[in-house]
Amino acid sequence: MTDLAINAADRDISEHLCDQVRNAGETRTPLRIAGGNTRAFYGRPVEGQPLHMAEHSGIVSYDPVELVVTVRAGTRLSVLQAALAEHHQMLPFEPPSFDESSTIGGAVATGLSGPRRPWAGAARDFVLGTRIITQEGKLLRFGGEVMKNVAGYDLSRLMTGAQGTLGVLADISFKVLPVPTASHCLRLSLSLEEALHKLAALGREPLPITAAAWHAGELFIRLEGGESSVKATRERLDGEPLEASFWASLRDHTHDFFKRRDDPPLWRLSLPPNTAPLALDIPQQDIFYDWGGSQRWVKTTLDAATLRKACQAAGGHATCYTPQAQGGAAEPFTPLNSVVEKYHRRLKAELDTHAIFNPGRLYAAL
Amino acid sequence: MNILFDERLDGELVHRDKAEVLSDIQQAVPTMTLLHREEDLRPFECDGLAAYRVLPMLVALPENLEQVEALLKRCHALDVPVVTRGAGTGLSGGALPLEQGVLLVMSRFNRILSVDPDARLARVQPGVRNLAISEAAAPYGLYYAPDPSSQIACSIGGNVAENAGGVHCLKYGLTVHNVLRVDVLTIEGEHMTLGAESLDAPGFDLLALMNGSEGMLGVVTEITVKLLPKPETAKVLMASFNDIEKAGRAVGDIIAAGIIPGGLEMMDRLAIKAAEDFVKAGYPMDAEAILLCELDGVEADVDDDCETVRRVLEKAGATQIQQARDEAERAMFWAGRKNAFPAVGRMSPDYYCMDGTIPRRELPRVLKGIAALSEQSGLAVANVFHAGDGNMHPLILFDANKEGQLALAEDVGGKILELCVEAGGSITGEHGVGREKINQMCSQFQADEIRIFHALKAAFDAKRLLNPGKNIPTLARCAEFGAMHVHNNELPHPELPRF
Repeated sequence: MTDLAINAADRDISEHLCDQVRNAGETRTPLRIAGGNTRAFYGRPVEGQPLHMAEHSGIVSYDPVELVVTVRAGTRLSVLQAALAEHHQMLPFEPPSFDESSTIGGAVATGLSGPRRPWAGAARDFVLGTRIITQEGKLLRFGGEVMKNVAGYDLSRLMTGAQGTLGVLADISFKVLPVPTASHCLRLSLSLEEALHKLAALGREPLPITAAAWHAGELFIRLEGGESSVKATRERLDGEPLEASFWASLRDHTHDFFKRRDDPPLWRLSLPPNTAPLALDIPQQDIFYDWGGSQRWVKTTLDAATLRKACQAAGGHATCYTPQAQGGAAEPFTPLNSVVEKYHRRLKAELDTHAIFNPGRLYAAL
Repeated sequence: MNILFDERLDGELVHRDKAEVLSDIQQAVPTMTLLHREEDLRPFECDGLAAYRVLPMLVALPENLEQVEALLKRCHALDVPVVTRGAGTGLSGGALPLEQGVLLVMSRFNRILSVDPDARLARVQPGVRNLAISEAAAPYGLYYAPDPSSQIACSIGGNVAENAGGVHCLKYGLTVHNVLRVDVLTIEGEHMTLGAESLDAPGFDLLALMNGSEGMLGVVTEITVKLLPKPETAKVLMASFNDIEKAGRAVGDIIAAGIIPGGLEMMDRLAIKAAEDFVKAGYPMDAEAILLCELDGVEADVDDDCETVRRVLEKAGATQIQQARDEAERAMFWAGRKNAFPAVGRMSPDYYCMDGTIPRRELPRVLKGIAALSEQSGLAVANVFHAGDGNMHPLILFDANKEGQLALAEDVGGKILELCVEAGGSITGEHGVGREKINQMCSQFQADEIRIFHALKAAFDAKRLLNPGKNIPTLARCAEFGAMHVHNNELPHPELPRF
């Protein structure tokens, strides 16, 4: 264990959390699960007694050679990332952090992933196991600390992105990876059409690309890998150098695009790779293409139905990222079709019979 | 303890007259092939776990979705269990039929529906063979990454059901990491699409849940997989060690050097001998263990990494290090590993393949434990090991024709899995629980965890008709199993009846 990890608040309050959940179950009191409370904007508002996770923090175990780390959910993202960085390792899914108080539990519960997502995988791809507090207030373990484990159903991945509506994430084990030895970021002046075409062509080659975005006439690319391949690809693509911090600003929404005041609601469009620009009445400067074009940030006053219809036709979906903004959508997440919704309800009824876990956060019925 | 379905332990099934079920389904789905004569059913009595055989009541071979839907609706109405089967190559008995059930064989759904090189994905039917996807993608320089040893025969539907792995998982992930979308029919005959061609989908991650659920939550009818650009080059180093623990430590040293190999495999002396006798891969016969380390990617990086790995291996005490000189030699090195199972099969009338995973640091302890079990039982054990991701495949050699040897092999196997659980690992890394490891699930999970699994199952299949008895044991079974494994004189689940 590193000094840094030991110095971080190392406290196991799982028994206390279990008591609170048990009590909530007995009294049918809804709980609003909160870590750093930095992602509360994401989703529908939850009415409930707060279940504070931030104190349940610290790195339980970290063995760099095993590529596995286990942390309590209330651990700050920054603390975990610093501990990993000491050993030149990282969380490959690049979770966004919206404030210093952002926790790893919140990152997993919301399931958001950063610019590396299309090349490395999403939050759920790196979750190996969890300890979960169930509606009875029991702390149960699913998955584990090994790379491969197919015993039983994959509860851990089911919990990832479920926004705390099925149970409380107490501890989480991740697969981590080495930080690539070489890195170079560059920008190219290209039209949107040229950029998308170029990305599709490059995507068919084994190149060390780990991020690609387009905005306002520029294609931004990050190369990461071995020294030799990064150098060769850099020479081939040419382009102007780009600050590496650009990707953090895109990931954490500190880039100017996200910062302007009095903006219309921000939408996140998730689309299949290589989807052409959608025929929507949105000026190009109000769209930021990330994930090589698969994730598009859009500032628009267009209504939810119009956006969702266009995304669905292309095989994707649209999320209102700032539902509290003036003109934001009442349903931030794309409604499920009736059959899928039925099974969501049944699952919720089985695992959270009295609707005590973040009720209504994802959908009114969940 | 017998693993065949036992209604006392595994739950009661509705018993229906075969002729009645046959005529009901024939009437409801007249165009579907429905086998019912014993000689027609016989080829389907087992999957890759051939030690266990059960004749199904009926075998359905649908060729379109309407037939599958109609069949499921009838089975749901009649309370007849449905066991879904792909190519039948599974090693854990996940497709072992039930006497009272219909075996739903999806092998006629064998079309590749589309390959989109620009979006790098392929839409396929569940009966398509794993390797056929990579073959269809090859003209575009793309491939499908998970490569179980059975990839020439196993089907992608079965891969999803078992969350299949292969030798490249550490770098490229399991099936769950490489599937974007599945279309599913529920036991009630409803269509669901889970996941999407986009990189995420709204709602719960039911796609992840479906992977590895062993046909117990739904029937997969279509799959969209991710394709990757083929690495520019792949090079293999083979290192020999005079001590298996040194080889184990070398694996950790490679990872500690910041390298994630495409494949990192270990074989012990007995496995080396078996493979060498069978395929003449050029393995050193005097080594206690060999490591195969494949580095793939862009040529220049791979050359740098080969140098680093060579230094690490030398420092770790390798007695000999060979780099495959060309593609032919690389293929030979791998041929030995990929044929390790059949090679061992030539040495012994029967073998029993385990699939436990452990944290790599526990390797020396677990190997010692396996050696002790082998000595006690008198059964030889060959070790083949996906070393990079801690997935062990001990192969227990036995002769089923000798009285009591199958039971002994199962007993040794069960103990090896319990050893893996004690070491902080899992009873299965990639083969699945199926019927084979149903008892060991009781070692890995507590009763409350198993209750959650049953709750989850109930959400999708309240009548427990999809593949009953697989993957998740009943608490009654665990009580019975626990009675034979009393720890610290404490009887697990004292509240449950025992048989």
